[in-house]
Amino acid sequence: MKAGWETVIGLEIHSQLATRSKIFSGAATAYGAEPNTQACLVDLGYPGVLPVLNEEVVHMATMFGLAVDATVAPRSVFARKNYFYPDLPKGYQISQFELPIVEHGELYISDAEGKQKRIGITRAHLEEDAGKSIHEGLEQNSGIDLNRAGTPLLEIVSEPDLSSAQEAVAYMRKIHTIVRYLGISDGNMQEGSFRCDANVSVRPVGQEALGTRTEIKNLNSFRFVEKAINFEIERQIEHLEDGGKVVQETRLYDSDKDETRPMRSKEEANDYRYFPDPDLLPVEISAEYIESVRQQLPELPVAKQRRFVDDYGLKPDDADLLTSSRALADFFEAAASATDAKTQLVANWVIGDLSGALNRDGLDIADSKVSASELAGLLTRIHDNTISGKIAKQVFEAMWDGEGTADAVIEAKGLKQITDSSAIEAVVDEVIAANPGQVAEYKAGKDKLIGFFVGQVMQATKGQANPGQVNQILKAKLGS
Amino acid sequence: MSAAKLEMHAQSMSELAACLDRGDFTSVELTRTLLDRIAKLDEKLNAFITVTAEPALAAAARADKARAAGDGGMLNGLPVVHKDIFCTRGVKTTCGSKMLNNFISPYDATVVEKMADAGAVVLGKSNMDEFAMGSSNETSFFGPVRNPWDLARSPGGSSGGSAAAVAARLSPAATGTDTGGSIRQPAAMTGTVGIKPTYGRISRYGMIAFASSLDQAGIISRTAEDAARLLGVMAGFDERDSTSIDRPVPDYLGGLNESIKGLRVGVVRQHFDAGLDQACGDRVKEAIAVLESLGATTVEVDLPNLDLSVPTYYVVAPAECSSNLSRFDGVRFGHRAENAKDLLDLYCRSRGEGFGDEVKRRIMTGTYVLSAGYYDAYYLKAQQVRHLIADDFKQAFAAVDVIVGPTAPSPAFKLGDKMDDPITMYLNDIYTIGANLAGLPAMSIPCGFVDGLPVGLHMVAAHFGEEALLRCSHQYQQATDWHTACPEDFK
Repeated sequence: MKAGWETVIGLEIHSQLATRSKIFSGAATAYGAEPNTQACLVDLGYPGVLPVLNEEVVHMATMFGLAVDATVAPRSVFARKNYFYPDLPKGYQISQFELPIVEHGELYISDAEGKQKRIGITRAHLEEDAGKSIHEGLEQNSGIDLNRAGTPLLEIVSEPDLSSAQEAVAYMRKIHTIVRYLGISDGNMQEGSFRCDANVSVRPVGQEALGTRTEIKNLNSFRFVEKAINFEIERQIEHLEDGGKVVQETRLYDSDKDETRPMRSKEEANDYRYFPDPDLLPVEISAEYIESVRQQLPELPVAKQRRFVDDYGLKPDDADLLTSSRALADFFEAAASATDAKTQLVANWVIGDLSGALNRDGLDIADSKVSASELAGLLTRIHDNTISGKIAKQVFEAMWDGEGTADAVIEAKGLKQITDSSAIEAVVDEVIAANPGQVAEYKAGKDKLIGFFVGQVMQATKGQANPGQVNQILKAKLGS
Repeated sequence: MSAAKLEMHAQSMSELAACLDRGDFTSVELTRTLLDRIAKLDEKLNAFITVTAEPALAAAARADKARAAGDGGMLNGLPVVHKDIFCTRGVKTTCGSKMLNNFISPYDATVVEKMADAGAVVLGKSNMDEFAMGSSNETSFFGPVRNPWDLARSPGGSSGGSAAAVAARLSPAATGTDTGGSIRQPAAMTGTVGIKPTYGRISRYGMIAFASSLDQAGIISRTAEDAARLLGVMAGFDERDSTSIDRPVPDYLGGLNESIKGLRVGVVRQHFDAGLDQACGDRVKEAIAVLESLGATTVEVDLPNLDLSVPTYYVVAPAECSSNLSRFDGVRFGHRAENAKDLLDLYCRSRGEGFGDEVKRRIMTGTYVLSAGYYDAYYLKAQQVRHLIADDFKQAFAAVDVIVGPTAPSPAFKLGDKMDDPITMYLNDIYTIGANLAGLPAMSIPCGFVDGLPVGLHMVAAHFGEEALLRCSHQYQQATDWHTACPEDFK
């Protein structure tokens, strides 16, 4: 970013809650069904129908509130946000306005210097999603799919505490991790289960008043969030430096062109005429209820990371990586508990070879072809010197390809390490005999050649000789 | 039993139930008789939007079968009419509007379902003010309903079709809805019994919403006893309506015969001011004297904020209606304008063509009071006044069991008289609106005539005080015969 300017960003994250049925009706929420097959009369806004709150969303919002150290409101109120749009069946969206269920939360991210930075969470409120308008493939007509109408959302609004696109992404990732840890959202961004609007403004360094902000709507990947915000920062600064003014408006990010463009102004000239929804009672939450939810909260990322450092002696960065998802952390812990190998070795393998293989095959940790106990079996064989770390990689690949457990692969391929000194000595003797020139050079003082001899021995044993022993025996024989 | 057959239509539900039990006639005969009456007489009244002759006869046949087998619920084989605001599966449900003239509901309202389960035979759907917005039944897309007592006059509204049908002996009872007096005012003007129970007592599911925080389903009948029978069937918690209240339904019929000796009756000082027609006031006072003669004690009570109830209502109700009626956009059901140029044109013309003037007036008023900059001054203020009015009632009910007064300021007015003056029309609900704002049960019963037109006695009780209202009304009806009077042309 250009010198002399600073950026102020706030995010509104929409996280779809992982309930089986909708927030105000019994219709299913599963993604990808045929259009309008998961919309009941309530979702269609038929005359006379009434909303009934799905209690599960209150539980989920409470979990979220506790996870970000927020206040869970003893009383929150659903309100109607009135506007006309074909994919909004009732002509209003049921949301929360003046009294949201969660307020005053916070979390910490690492800023550019690696320091912990507090990001305030203004509020999180419950609301229903709208349907979808479909324009493609319908000549001169628009279609409406109301399967998504009434899907529960938690809208999480941050304070304008974020100062760069990187911080915005770091914050969004933290929220993403939290909702998945809690199991309240699948966080699937391709399916739109986790998306955000970014409010961006710039101001000259030192200026106290905020600049005019624009809102970039509907960003559904971390990469797009970063690119869209960066584009918008540059655009605003350039515009202001040219003597222009930033117009407060809603913009859309076009990922193909990597730019933001204003939405038609008509779509934002709304007065939503919020008022409490008379069809729904206020949501009342007792202190006992909040306490019981707190008791059931899973261990959260920050606590887990700290525990991994303290209890397993892991490097903080590795602990961070391993706790980025609950499934990965669970995998690590399951593997670590099933082997005597050093925990750092387990961490290295989970972060390294295992994550590499998952990425390569585009798999989720839950679908890993090598289970935690199978990986533990492999690491045990490194630990007890049955195989070297190098051979282990070969064994791992075979396991990944479905050739069986570590022991089965080692057995089948004869990869067991040679630790019998007399066997190694015999090979060393052969190597010395076969390379008289190098032996002479070594003896003349060219110590580096030891590597050559080790290599020859390992080659002759197909890597199975214990490297420590090879070194020792070579030095003894060549030195004499 | 030919004598009984001749007078089938004149009998109350309880009497009809006894006749059916005795085998004086069958439900099919009864249903056919009433359908014939509707065919012959309703052209004078326009009380029905839809007559459901075939399903009615089929339901009657089922009821007869059940009765023969010793089965059947509280309403088995008994005819009723549903106000056309209740969704009825497979039957046109218009809400009195062009907007829904083509709407066949795919589901039954909870009230409709419960009554069907109890064996009721639905004769048809009654005419009403468009979306229940009106006090004269003149805002209906299907034309005004005429008052059986004087065809030049309004039967009141918005449940005017239900009231006229019951008064004219086309049906022993009908459902209605009451947002500001829409059951009680037409009951008063047609000489029928109308009860609006406590808010939340009857499910609103399937009842097309006008103002959700005020709307309540209820009954129009000829006797308090029939109202008690129907209320027992209609009341109760419904998990599909979050505002319905989970509380046991008492045996309303069981308590009717208890004496009202010692019942504390409050007479509202403000009810007998200049706004009330004097002859109407006299009838009400005479009715109060009857209650005293039955052992009730009267106390004067104050409702100091009563004059604020109409303005408060006309902020809250339009606000909610402006939002509730947004779903009628021509997209999924209801009237859709032809050849729309674009989306805005589709909305504007579908709604412009589909809604009548009164509905539009209220949508505009409601949109205005909810708008940015006006919300606090109007909507929020109205909610605060609503609390004051509720508190007035609460205080009054510390000293009395029932508050009585006139239901409406005058007897039925002439059709066309007030259509050009919405404010005067709105003032017709001055005595009834308070009960809606406070969510209280209230009832109107016939208490005499002025110039040949019926007058209603209005009673309000504390929350869930329906038993007191019904008992008081029943005891009054045991001592008087106003409720048996029948308009000359409909005997």
